Formats: sequence, C-alpha cells, structure tokens
Amino acid sequence: MNAPLTHLQQLEAEAIHIFREVAATFSRPVMLYSVGKDSSVLMHLAMKAFYPAKPPFPFLHVDTTWKFREMIAFRDRMAKERGFDLIVHINQDGVRDGINPFDHGSNTHTHIMKTVALRQALDKHGFDAAFGGARRDEEKSRAKERIFSFRNASHAWDPKNQRPEMWKIYNTRVAKGESIRVFPLSNWTELDIWQYILQENIPIVPLYFAKERPVVERDGMLIMKDDERMKLKAGEQIENRMVRFRTLGCYPLTGAIDSSAATLEAIVGEMLTASTSERQGRLIDRDEAGSMEKKKREGYF
Amino acid sequence: MRHVSAKALEATDGVRDYLAAQEKKSLLRFLTCGSVDDGKSTLIGRLLSDTRQIFEDQLAALERDSKKHGTTGDDIDFALLVDGLEAEREQGITIDVAYRFFATPKRKFIVADTPGHEQYTRNMATGASTADLAVVLVDARQGILRQTRRHSIIASLLGIRHIVLAVNKIDLVDFDQAVFDGIVADYAAFSHELGFQTVVPIPLSARYGDNVSRRSEAMPWYDGPTLVEHLETVPVDEAALELPFRFPVQYVNRPNLDFRGFAGTVASGAVSKGDAVVVAKSGTPARVKRIVAQDGDLELAVAGQAVTILLDDEVEVSRGNMLVAPDARPQVADQFTANLVWFSEQPLLPGRSYILRTETDEASATVTELKYRVNVNDFAHEAAKSLALNEVGVCNISTRLPIVFDPFAENRTTGAFILIDRMTNATVGAGMIVHSLRRADNIHWQSLDVGKRARADMKGQRPAVFWFTGLSGSGKSTIANLLEKKFHATGRHTYILDGDNVRHGLNRDLGFTDADRVENIRRVAEVAKLMADAGLIVIVSFISPFRAERRVARELMPEGEFIEVFVDTPFEECARRDPKGLYARALKGEIKNFTGVDSPYQPPENPEVHLKTLGRSPEEMVEALDQWLLQRDLAQDQYESGAGI
Repeated sequence: MNAPLTHLQQLEAEAIHIFREVAATFSRPVMLYSVGKDSSVLMHLAMKAFYPAKPPFPFLHVDTTWKFREMIAFRDRMAKERGFDLIVHINQDGVRDGINPFDHGSNTHTHIMKTVALRQALDKHGFDAAFGGARRDEEKSRAKERIFSFRNASHAWDPKNQRPEMWKIYNTRVAKGESIRVFPLSNWTELDIWQYILQENIPIVPLYFAKERPVVERDGMLIMKDDERMKLKAGEQIENRMVRFRTLGCYPLTGAIDSSAATLEAIVGEMLTASTSERQGRLIDRDEAGSMEKKKREGYF
Repeated sequence: MRHVSAKALEATDGVRDYLAAQEKKSLLRFLTCGSVDDGKSTLIGRLLSDTRQIFEDQLAALERDSKKHGTTGDDIDFALLVDGLEAEREQGITIDVAYRFFATPKRKFIVADTPGHEQYTRNMATGASTADLAVVLVDARQGILRQTRRHSIIASLLGIRHIVLAVNKIDLVDFDQAVFDGIVADYAAFSHELGFQTVVPIPLSARYGDNVSRRSEAMPWYDGPTLVEHLETVPVDEAALELPFRFPVQYVNRPNLDFRGFAGTVASGAVSKGDAVVVAKSGTPARVKRIVAQDGDLELAVAGQAVTILLDDEVEVSRGNMLVAPDARPQVADQFTANLVWFSEQPLLPGRSYILRTETDEASATVTELKYRVNVNDFAHEAAKSLALNEVGVCNISTRLPIVFDPFAENRTTGAFILIDRMTNATVGAGMIVHSLRRADNIHWQSLDVGKRARADMKGQRPAVFWFTGLSGSGKSTIANLLEKKFHATGRHTYILDGDNVRHGLNRDLGFTDADRVENIRRVAEVAKLMADAGLIVIVSFISPFRAERRVARELMPEGEFIEVFVDTPFEECARRDPKGLYARALKGEIKNFTGVDSPYQPPENPEVHLKTLGRSPEEMVEALDQWLLQRDLAQDQYESGAGI
C-alpha cells in the first residue's frame, strides 16, 4: 500500500488545489501580499502550484506607508528574485490628510490606510478574486470563515449568511462587482507555518529573527523606532534590546518581544514554549472581542 | 497554550527532532453535531483547554467575555471560545461552523463545531463534508431529538462511517447508567439503518471534563475509552489510496509550446511515470510521460497529492475531464440517481435548470424526477413534488452534457456534486450520486437522414420559436393569433401552443403550484423544440412567470432561434380587462396561486422584443414585431442569404 500523505503534505496539497481552482475559474485574481511570514508561505505555494509557469496573477501590496523599512526592502527583493508582477497601492487621500497611527489611533489609521486602501485597489483593478494568508487558528471570527469567502459589491462579508462549502467543490460564481476572498492557508496553524518555512527553507523578513533593535516601551508594548516620524513622549527612552517580532504590520502598532532566537530552529523552539498567542503583539486586535469581525465585515482581510 | 515545555525540548534532540516526530502524527478531521444546547461548543472548549491549546491572552479575553455574555455563572463559558461571531455571542447560539485545531501526543485534529439549530443545517453539512468522524452529542436529560436524527442521517449521507455518541451532561442525571443505556438503545434502534462502521457511546460531562480527556470517577460502571482516547485510536480513513486511479483535471498549465501539463489533485489511487491512463470522456488512451513538481519530477503521485501530469501524446483534455485507470473506469453519463440535501429557502423544483458542479466540472442540470423525500423522524419515504430547506430526498438528475463520476459510496471525491442557483449563484444543494441510469447508457441518439435543415428548406422558411410571456389577460393570445394569421397569409408553416389549450391535453395532469408550473413549461419547451425541428415556426403563448424556466426553454433551442416576446401590460390593466373573469375570483381568494396576485411574475430582463401594450392596439403590436423581424433579417442577410421568415 502507498503511504498516506503527512500532515504538512496534506496542507500543501490543499493550498495548491485552491490556487489552481481560482486561476481556472476567475477572470481577474490577485494575491494580497503583506510581506509577513504567512505571505511568504503563500507566495511559495503559489510558485509551486503553477510551476514551471509563473503564478498567472499579480501580487498586491497595500502599503500604509508605516510598514517597517526592512519589510519594504524584502518585498522589492522578492519581487525581483521571483519575478512576480507587484502592484503597490497607497491610499493617496489618507496621505494627503496626513493619517498616521500616532495622531489618529490604530482604528482610524487601519481603516483608512488598510481597509479603505484595499477596497480602492480592488475596485481600481476590477479584481474578482483575492488570495489572503489568513488562518482559522488566528482569531475567533476567522475560525468561522469559509475558504472561498463571498463579498458583495461593496466588499462586505455577511457572516450570518455564508455559502455552504461542501467537500473540495468550491462555488466560484460571482455576479459583476462581487468578489471572493480566498484563504489557502485556512487550515494551517502557526506551528504548521513555521514548520513549513523550516522544511522548505522559505525566506522571511529578518525582523522575525532576534537582533539588537532600538525600542521604546509604550502602552505595555515594545515599539521599535523605525524612523524619525516616531516622537518620544515624556519619560520615554529608547533602549537597544535583543528583540524580534512574531507578526509584522505597521511598526507603531506592532509589539516586539524580548528574545535571543536568531535562527529558525530557535524561533520554533520559542514558539513551542510560548504561552501567549501571536496576535497579542498586535494593537489593532485588542479593542474588544468582536473587533476583527467588525473590520472584516467592512472589507478588511 | 504550550506545545511542549522548554525542558522537554532540550531533552529531545532539538527542535528538528521534535518536529520530525510531529510530522509522523496522523490527522483526524471530525465534527461535533447534535441538537441545540446539547453542549457542542462547550465540549470543544473543553477539548482545547484540556489539550492546552488556549493561550494566556485568549484565556484572559475569555474570562472577560464570560462575564459579559456567559451562561455559566461565575465559571468560564467555554462555548464563547468557539462562538466567534458577535451575533452568536449575543444570542448564545452557534450559527456557523467554526474550525479548531488541537493535538495530543498521538494525533493532530481539525474539529468542526457545527450549529444545532435546524435552520443552520447547511452549515452542519459544510462541517460534515470534510470530516471522517462525527461526535453526535445528546443531552442526557433530553435523549434523542429530531436534530439528533437529522444530523445522523446527513452524516451518513455525506459518507461519515464513524460515530461517537456522546451522552453529555451526564452529571445532571446523577451519572445514572440506566439513562445512558436507554439513550444508547434508542440511538441503536434507528442508526443501524445508516451504515456506520462504528458507533461508540461515551457518557461525559463537557462542562466538568468527565470522560473527555480525564476518566470520570463518578461512573465506575463505564469501562470504555474516554473521548480523547477514542479519537486518538479510531482508524483514519485511507481508503482513497486503495481505489482505482482518478485525476480530475483542474487546470491546463501551458507556459510554452513545449509544455502542456494537466494540473490537479489525485482524487484516489496512485499513478506512476510510464503508467497507461485513459481520458475518461473520450476514452482516448495515453501514457504518463512526467509527473512534474517544483522540487523535481516525481516517480509516483498518490491520492491527495496536487501534481502536474504530462502525457506522451497530444490528446485532447481540458478542465472537467478526468485521467483514469484504463482497467477500472468511472462512469460517464448524463442521467443518474442521487441523494440530495437541500440548502435553500427557495424549494427544489423538478424541471428547473440549475448549475451542477463537481470538483472540476460544471454542467446545466435539471431534476427530472423527485423519487421521494426522507422523513428525518422515521426515515420513511414520502412522495413529494419539491424539497424545502434542509430536506433530504432521492432524485433523478439529467445534465446537458455527460459528466464523469463514481458512485459516492465507492468514492467520496468523484461521487459528489453541488447545485447552484442560476440567478443568485447561491449554493442550493449538495448531492451524492447513487448510480447512473441505464437509460443514459442504452438510449443513444438515433441519427436521422432527413434533417431539420431539409425539413425547413422544403417549407422555404427558417424555424423559430416565438415565446410570448406576460400576465394573464395581457394580450398574448390575441397578438399571437394575429401574428399567426399574418405568417399564414404569406405561406409560412406555423403552429400556436397556447397555455390554456395545452392544459386541456398534454398537461391536464398539472396544477398551478410552483412545481407544476415548472413542469408545465418544460413540456411545452420540449414540444416547441420538436416542432421547430420539424421546420415549423412555433408561437408559444404562455404566462411562463419564472425566468429560470424561460431560460431552460431558450437553452433548448439553437442560438437565435428562440425569440422571447414580453407582452408588457401592467397588472392593473390586466385586472381591469379580465377577459375570463379570473382576476375578480383570484382577488376574492377563490383561485389560489394566481400569477400577479399570490404567485410571482418575474419580467424578462433582456427579451428580444418588448411590447408595451398600454394604449396601443394588437395590430400595432404585430406591426412592431414585424418591424423587429425585418431589422433582424436585414442584419443577418449580411452574413447569409438563406430564406428569412
């Protein structure tokens, strides 16, 4: 008898199947590329799914202009090395209005520079399917979402009325203006992601590895001063600490953790013994239990 | 959550060894189901908590939430861990399926927590479709309920072979063995018909953890496994590996002229480089030249693997077709019998056209016969004309083009399909194929020497179907009659199919329910098609209120032969004219299901001809039609010089 697939092989095959299904049935798909580790895995799987061809869709990065500089450098390097078609979208209205996480708070900043920006980009290019790297183990409302998640013409998610999703038979039909968000990593856990990165040697942004970095303690989080736009408040001090990041986003909203894990093995080792979830380092999820669902209903990924 | 203590990690030979050990674990996908308030979400919360999958920050949030929305007093309400939607937490119910992940030292698990309310049955089916085992919860105080039966039958239909009968809240009946035994006997009495391989009953308390992962001391009479012990040891279904090779082609990868790869996921069996295969729909043989993957070509691909296959010959294969084992081929048919679970508020109507989707193929499909509906209480077969939301039935289905399949009982991947509504794109049903119908195998098209073209040429005309739709009393018959007279006067061969007249003969067995209306139109469309095939110009004058059925009629005819004529007279005007006195009676409630009164009329969105009758005579309408035909023929004459109508 032939050996059954391992856990990771099953997850990999499922993701590849999903990529191909979208490429075969939608007229204008796009992959949301957020530069983090999940995006790195997603990109790796997309390359595999269509090998020896390149993925038959562009990659879209919604740049809030507050991402870590190392993320942007990594993004541009990957686009060049892997040869994918990269679209960078910035909400110019938000730039004009000077929207930033320090003065406007995480909610307003995220809504305008991320959610609204994403809707602008999807509308501008007329994308009818968008891949995202969300996983069901990340958060309660994500645990409820379909792999092929329907969005109406104003990009809204209706969690109370999702299409049934039977077997691997995906309903990929949408009317004009409607779209589908597709999550190939739905059934992956954080451990699976790291395990796969290790197994496949997938490049990730160096910020995931521990290094001495200039950080400030603010609201119980370690915020890295990534550029001059971050002004210190009274009593705050910059200190150089060995830190790394479990997730990446806008630098003023992303907390670092004290760590000496400088290799993939060490990161996984640290993760295996962690007692808090990865989203704990994200300011935007903290407000209240339903905050992710609210953002998603408005079109956030 | 802590996957492992730091010390244990040091003790083993580093992270890579630990992960290698993880990788050897098998994966079990299961769901929890059963009636409302039987404690499904609580059980999953308990499983996650006992297997330490809950992080400290999540626990803190849970404590806050429990105070706000909880239903367990001062204790932590574990259900809030899985009821992730706001509406769910506010109402204290589960609306949609949640997927959760946990692992024990022996196995990894993906669990689908599914809703108990009848109205969300489709979400339960979603969770069950990818599961190998179902934990059916029963409240020890309530016993077997209607939803226990419904979920068990759906689990069985969807191919689940292993059941855990979790008799929950056993603490609330004083851990009484008699209660447990009674429920087990009740369940066995009906479940033996459902073809489960194993049914393992376990008495437990999800809230307090008895017999979940910890053996309960309160039930010395129970000597079976705890839930976790059982989940860790139940055999995972690997049957797909043993089945004949099936490879549904998902995507044709063609980066350059020298590479034509068929990408897809092996549905069952295995294939090696050099193996002989057959293209299912055409029967064309070929050989596997390469099995391509990014990390290098493979010698072998097995069930579940997503690969790209290159064949040695240039054979015609596209998405929706299947590469299969030559000595054990699937069925290729356009008519088959299937079990159906209905998901939509709009009932299933035999005769209506839906889109049928298998894993990679798509075809127009109609239910030609609803054989019976299954009563979920006693599993009795009941005669039915339609299936309502959450109902289960057995039916015959006909597709416009043949599809490739195996019986679902033999192959869960190639035997399943969904039905999609053409208008809303909603997923309205899920089907499991039982067998193909012999009809399709044995009745082949008889090829005839005198064709449609020859018949039409002899009459010196081009066949057409004028389909008049509009409210009762809108003037359809009057205009149709005048049109036929005009055609007749110019030597054309015509026939009128009139709604009322046909109901006196061919369709006299049909009433006015939605199901009967659909069948009424289907028959007339088929007759119109035969008449057009005979070379006639057919004028159909039917209310034909539903878009879906007019579309079915349109799709029966070749492009350009179907001319939809919307006789557009406002309801008030029709009711005022009331030539047969029907509106007066319908408005008084003496006639049921009257179009425009208590049955809907869906106006055409893009009719070929739109006749607005208000303030204009029937002769003017015929003139307008004539003008339209003239314009059309002028346009067409630029391409062909055949005889116009």
